[in-house]
Amino acid sequence: MTRFRRYARDHAVPLALLSPAVLVILLVVLLPLLFSFYTSFSNYRLIRPDSLWDWVGFRNYARVLGDGDFWSAFGRTVLFLTVALNLEMLLGLGLALMVNRITWGQRTMRTIMMFPMMFSPILVGFQFKYLFNDTIGLVNNALQSLGLASEPIPFLVDRWLAFAAISFAEIWMSTSIFAILILAGLFAMPKDPIEAARVDGCSNWQVFRHITLPFLMPFIYIAMTIRSLDVARAYDIVDVMTGGGPAGRTELLWTLIARTAYDDARMGRANAMAYFSILLSIFFTWFFFRKLMAARRHLGAF
Amino acid sequence: MSRAMKDRLIWAVTFLVMLIICLPGLWVVLSAFRTNGEILTKPAVWIPQNLTLDNFRAIFGLGENVLAIPVGSYFLNSLVISVTSTVLAVVIGMSGGYAFARHRFPGKSGAFLWLMLSRTVPGIALSLPLFILWSWIGLIDTKLGVIVVYTAINVPFTVWLTEGFFRQVPRDLSEAAQIDGCTPWQAFWKVEFPLARSGIASAGIFAFLTSWNEYALASQLTRSTDSKTLPVGLMDFTAQFTIDWAGMCAMAVIIIIPALILTFLVQKHLIAGLTFGGVKG
Repeated sequence: MTRFRRYARDHAVPLALLSPAVLVILLVVLLPLLFSFYTSFSNYRLIRPDSLWDWVGFRNYARVLGDGDFWSAFGRTVLFLTVALNLEMLLGLGLALMVNRITWGQRTMRTIMMFPMMFSPILVGFQFKYLFNDTIGLVNNALQSLGLASEPIPFLVDRWLAFAAISFAEIWMSTSIFAILILAGLFAMPKDPIEAARVDGCSNWQVFRHITLPFLMPFIYIAMTIRSLDVARAYDIVDVMTGGGPAGRTELLWTLIARTAYDDARMGRANAMAYFSILLSIFFTWFFFRKLMAARRHLGAF
Repeated sequence: MSRAMKDRLIWAVTFLVMLIICLPGLWVVLSAFRTNGEILTKPAVWIPQNLTLDNFRAIFGLGENVLAIPVGSYFLNSLVISVTSTVLAVVIGMSGGYAFARHRFPGKSGAFLWLMLSRTVPGIALSLPLFILWSWIGLIDTKLGVIVVYTAINVPFTVWLTEGFFRQVPRDLSEAAQIDGCTPWQAFWKVEFPLARSGIASAGIFAFLTSWNEYALASQLTRSTDSKTLPVGLMDFTAQFTIDWAGMCAMAVIIIIPALILTFLVQKHLIAGLTFGGVKG
């Protein structure tokens, strides 16, 4: 206790300055999470309030782990994130390198590149629901007008097409974050090492592989870290595009949680699932944050 | 291939990619000015025959066909909630960011990490306990309930951004001002705050955009016109048996315009803040 008191006295100013931030996060994030941790061990259902005190131990977790629907949603979520993050990174890198190369109209291109960042995920979802609609969607209309398809293609109904459609929406929304941050890295890059390498007879690919890319890595990892903070916003896209359907074919972990909690009113089980989704998000963020720190140390050695 | 040819090719490919980026949004904007009849016609009508403002009139209840969806009050709710939570998040975040940038204390990097981790919790996962707790204390379907939540989810990011900007302000300036007779408080407001102002503004705009666009939490914590925000209201159009595509497109335009303006205002600072906060630790 005295140690705590001394700590508080010695660092009174920063503690006071930090206390509002800590307080609001304690109230809105930490306490609710402790509460949901408790409910994940109860048989809580929204329609029966007393069931909150119905302690069931690890039953919810056991049920979730033995549930095929959960595992297919979990697997689909991991696949979705892997596909989306990798493609976003590669496309963002390509886009940044292209914009960096052009001289005429570069500013305009850069502004256009930021366009998707302004869209709320719910709008992105709606936009692609409209574009990929099987009767009136732009994509189907174009394919039919060009004679490339005789029948409308059910983009949001077929299992893999729907997965591709939601991935496309996600990639459309988030590629620009990568492109912008990598472009910032390209602008900040010193020119001397590249010229020196050219003089020494390095090929374009060698320059890119051994000089440009290592320099860009911290910027790529910043983008990855920022993205991982918010991976779950794909929930909005999927919710409006397919709602996880048809028949659970595009169900991601997050839509499954929402359905279990609010449609089936099984709060206890949904909270157990929610903990898996929280761990998944923390894992992604922690993974890229570590990479960022390592890349930063590497860059510091330059 | 000559160098000039290659440059031109790269330009053309870049232009094509930009077109793909813009097309979906532009198509939605164009559809907002068309009639539902024209959107639904088969085979597709590519060139709009007559552009109309009817969709916007209907949304605000001005035209002949009045819409049952109260977009006006959703807009107002969104505005009140986003502005209030942004102001709160900036004030709280600035105070925290200043502590991280200027003071040394044991457990600092740990505290920073925990702050950031609190942001990783998926909205839908956080909505479960908040839904129950807020209905117990009567905050469900109130603007206050949403404001408190948005403030908390914005604080980690405003702390991070403002910390980066305060660190760029030399420490000596505040000390010099204090030697000249300013109190620490005056030194902050008269010297350090003006220098970090642009960074603080971009943190604010970022927070505003997050609140303005948020859906997962709001969709569970709001119920009626008392607190429903625009993103939640957009789903009203799909609740019926038929989807009012033109109406939805018009509402999408209304949601995007404020975000569009603000993002353009802040783009430069935002990139600087994000990269320098992260790269130069």
